Amino acid sequence: MHNFTPFASLFGGLLIGLSASAMLLLDGKIAGISGILAGVLKPVRGDTLWRVCFLAGLLAGGMLLRIFLPTAFNFGIIRPLPMLIIAGLLVGFGTRLGSGCTSGHGVCGISRLSPRSLVATGTFIIAGALVVYLVNHLMGSSV
Amino acid sequence: MKTLLTSFVSGLVFALGLGISGMTRPVKVIGFLDFFGAWDASLAFVMIGAIAVYFVAYRMSAKMTSPLLAPKFALPTRSDLDVKLILGAAIFGAGWGLGGFCPGPALTAIASGALPVIIFVVAMGIGMFLHTWVTELGTSSSGLVISSPDSTQDA
Repeated sequence: MHNFTPFASLFGGLLIGLSASAMLLLDGKIAGISGILAGVLKPVRGDTLWRVCFLAGLLAGGMLLRIFLPTAFNFGIIRPLPMLIIAGLLVGFGTRLGSGCTSGHGVCGISRLSPRSLVATGTFIIAGALVVYLVNHLMGSSV
Repeated sequence: MKTLLTSFVSGLVFALGLGISGMTRPVKVIGFLDFFGAWDASLAFVMIGAIAVYFVAYRMSAKMTSPLLAPKFALPTRSDLDVKLILGAAIFGAGWGLGGFCPGPALTAIASGALPVIIFVVAMGIGMFLHTWVTELGTSSSGLVISSPDSTQDA
């Protein structure tokens, strides 16, 4: 198990948990990124500005990472562009059809012991593992 | 106004968490999903950390009548399992394994300026529009409402 970073990952996870907790306890919102983005792409009056602010925060955090932790953007693997485009389409469509992604289902939903989120999280991890097996092992992609 | 500041700061801390945990790097995500290769368990530790904190926060929120800065909680209430949930999660998972990005890390990684990331994010936005389009198409052609009332609300 090379590349394993238990402490950094646990600490980063705590920060993600704190951020999502602040959204819940202060604003009463679920920090589900796909849902937040979808609400900006298809705006509803009075329910858009907080989403824009959250996404602006994500970008601002990204800029801080770029300055203070540039290794965060050492991607390691960048799939070929056609694969990335298909991946993006699937992620966009699938997160809307399934009402959530890794943050909304995987973190917030599991913490709330939501049966829907437990099933969704199990499903997307299994689907992701199957595709990685297919691409990395059967198609022999080195990337 | 305060809630907007909370949203911004939360987004910022969320991005830092993703970056520090390694989740902005597809090699870490694909490494986690590669159970038959050199498995990297880091992503599980991210989830353990985040869930540990949020588990407590959610139980605190259950005892509150309203959030501290807003009039009411906006939380999902559904508990039924349906085909859309499972199919959607499977499609998302396939894209996640294919690209190594999910929405949060991809949006955060826009800051890197890397063109592949920007292309992924554009495709992701188009995928969301496609879902809206397919849903509306289904509604108008058959008269059946495919979209459930809370389908725009995240889990």
